[in-house]
Amino acid sequence: MLRYALSRLLSLSLSLVVASLVIFFVIEVIPGDPASYMLGMNARPETVAALSRELGLDQPIFTRYLAWVGGMLTGDFGTSYTYRVPVGDLIAARLGVSLPLTVYALLLTIVIAFPVGLIAAATRGSALDAGIMGGTQLGIAVPNFWFAMLLVLFFAITLQWFSAGGFPGWDRGFWINIKALTLPAVALALPQASILARVMRSAVIETLGQDYIRTARAKGLTSRQAVVGHALRNALIPVLTIIGLQFSFLLAGAIIIENVFFLPGLGRLIFQAITQRDLIVVESVVMLLVFAVIMVTFLVDLAYAAVDPRLRRRA
Amino acid sequence: MKRILTIALAALAPLMALVATPATAQRTDINVGMVLEPPNLDPTSGAAAAIREVTYANIFEGLTRFGPDGSVNPGLAHAWDISDDGLTYTFHLREGVIFHDGSPMTAADVVFTLDRARGEDSTNAQPQLFAAIETVEALDELTVQVTLNRQQGSFLFNMAWGDAVILSPESAADNATNPVGTGPFRFTRWVQGDRVEMERNPDYWGEAPALERVTFRFIQDPSAAFAAMMAGDIDAFPNFPAPETLAQFEADPRFAVIVGSTEGNTILSMNHENEALADVRVRQAIAHAINRQDIIDGAMFGYGTPIGTHFAPHNPDYLDLTDLTPHDPERARELLAEAGHEGLSLRLALPPPGYARRGGEIVAAQLREVGIRTEITNVEWAQWLEQVFRGGDYDLTIVSHTEPMDIGIYARPDYYFRYDDADFQGLIAELDVTSDPAERTALLHAAQRHIAENFVVGFMFQLPKTGVANAEIEGLWENAPVPANDMTAVRWTN
Repeated sequence: MLRYALSRLLSLSLSLVVASLVIFFVIEVIPGDPASYMLGMNARPETVAALSRELGLDQPIFTRYLAWVGGMLTGDFGTSYTYRVPVGDLIAARLGVSLPLTVYALLLTIVIAFPVGLIAAATRGSALDAGIMGGTQLGIAVPNFWFAMLLVLFFAITLQWFSAGGFPGWDRGFWINIKALTLPAVALALPQASILARVMRSAVIETLGQDYIRTARAKGLTSRQAVVGHALRNALIPVLTIIGLQFSFLLAGAIIIENVFFLPGLGRLIFQAITQRDLIVVESVVMLLVFAVIMVTFLVDLAYAAVDPRLRRRA
Repeated sequence: MKRILTIALAALAPLMALVATPATAQRTDINVGMVLEPPNLDPTSGAAAAIREVTYANIFEGLTRFGPDGSVNPGLAHAWDISDDGLTYTFHLREGVIFHDGSPMTAADVVFTLDRARGEDSTNAQPQLFAAIETVEALDELTVQVTLNRQQGSFLFNMAWGDAVILSPESAADNATNPVGTGPFRFTRWVQGDRVEMERNPDYWGEAPALERVTFRFIQDPSAAFAAMMAGDIDAFPNFPAPETLAQFEADPRFAVIVGSTEGNTILSMNHENEALADVRVRQAIAHAINRQDIIDGAMFGYGTPIGTHFAPHNPDYLDLTDLTPHDPERARELLAEAGHEGLSLRLALPPPGYARRGGEIVAAQLREVGIRTEITNVEWAQWLEQVFRGGDYDLTIVSHTEPMDIGIYARPDYYFRYDDADFQGLIAELDVTSDPAERTALLHAAQRHIAENFVVGFMFQLPKTGVANAEIEGLWENAPVPANDMTAVRWTN
């Protein structure tokens, strides 16, 4: 198990180094100078030069790369060009929205998908199964921002149960923020739950056809006992893979939903930073997301090993 | 696709929005919607209009201040004397003005502010406002004398800009994140990405505002802005990003639609370094090819005033020169043939705002009609500033010049039009040292006529200010002579 974990760790460190190089150099070649953007159309060239110096943009690109990577290793992400506050603080504040939203949406996804997928598998071929399959097909097909708008229209404009968007901030209490995140989380969860339910169903159906399930039934277990006690655990491998992908997707990909509900999350931060040429923020946030995706993949790999002992021995 | 959805959403809303908001006691708070978040909150460092839209007249005040009609009124200076030669301005400051941090505002703060703005390492985005200042001296606690190195008819006007607000030396360095001014509201907090909050300043020198709390919230997405207005999360959205839904707000008694004017001269800029565009006949042909009303209808949903020169139509000195270049494709083709530029192909760079992106498509179609092919490139602002504005690497672009009274840009040969005309430069130089109102008007007329008759760029329309607000709010500015959301006079009426 330990050797397996170490070999995974080594490969993910390499991925991080490559990612940091790509991110930094690709973003630095985008046309548009941050200092001129901030000072606008009437600024004197000397003023722009002075601001560039203040921001450290007059340094050679390799020096800046090393300073950036070195800073990140010591937990210092640098200072945002436009906001003039530490990037670490900005990211932390935005994670305070994005992370709860992701976890909330993922919990909803699992809570919906597990029973729905299991019921569909257990009643395979029935009208209920057909209904579930049709419903999940629709759930995948509906674009989540459109679904989000429908939610806003109904629950915010018509019923006025929820705000149309925004985020009060954690200092205003717990439930008020959970309420603010509910519509976005539902909008994010619906397509993900549809995907996960379908994966769950086919994974369970596949394991149900295995010899050991027949053996389990033959030794007298009921269908339900066989599914819960034997099929479920084996069906979990593909389901875990999907959940891992979904976590990364939700964390990095909520940008459209964040726009629909004007939530101050990571997606909006990147979006804004790109247009304002706040390059250091873009680089750091993208790097952080890469790190998160790689870590999630790593954890999923470890979870495989926990679920499937054969993987432990092989490594 | 997004736009279609906005329209669909707009169409469905009234069917579902039949629930009336319950009547409540008179409110003293307001949520104001803005599309863009300010990058920082210091109007003396940074060009973004959003900085002024949050802080101007609310948190910060200058020696003079703009009224809703663009007039220059007394601000922190209640009176001033101008010497006969027009070179010395003596400002008399108000008594009992206190900064939000408790320190009194005195002549020393004015000296500090003006010296800082024109100093070596100043990061002020409008250095031209302070360029004529020779010295700034405090005569006593409440009297400041500013000496100019040349006459400047617009000096009091310049001092009213957001870039010239009075700061305290103790807090100036931190204004980007913790603005400290003298205004009727003081900053309380900024949740980055979401909102800026401020509360009534109990120590304000002037009349206390009716509002106790003001929150500016930032919503970029047009559909989200529509939903936020409809759901009542936002009480006023002075620059509403979904003009296609304005008709619907107009029909709804809960809302008032506020259409006003801005200082934004929206033009089809031309690069005179391009060999074809250096020919006045080609520029005239383009001017005749453009149909202003079609662009206003198509790109601005009918809001906007056609202009024939670089001047705001609401200004008393404005000349309507639109008749000089009526839409005449026939004439345009003749002029192109005469210049030997049939089959001309030009690049058209379009920055992000809707007026440019939507307007650009229409302009391209109108140019195609007279035989000019265009290659459209969509650019972001940062790229536009670097390539088009500073680099001059473009043929045509569409942009709204939002600075008030900026006709002088045509006298700058290194400006991105690359228009070098000694006659025009002479006119502007003369204007700069003229303070007699009648003479100024004559010169301004001559200047407007000169650039129109030389077809320096394609003059299209004055950018409108289209806003939506709860019908029970009064006191919002109708026009935007400068970017500002002045909350001093805003109140709920019920």
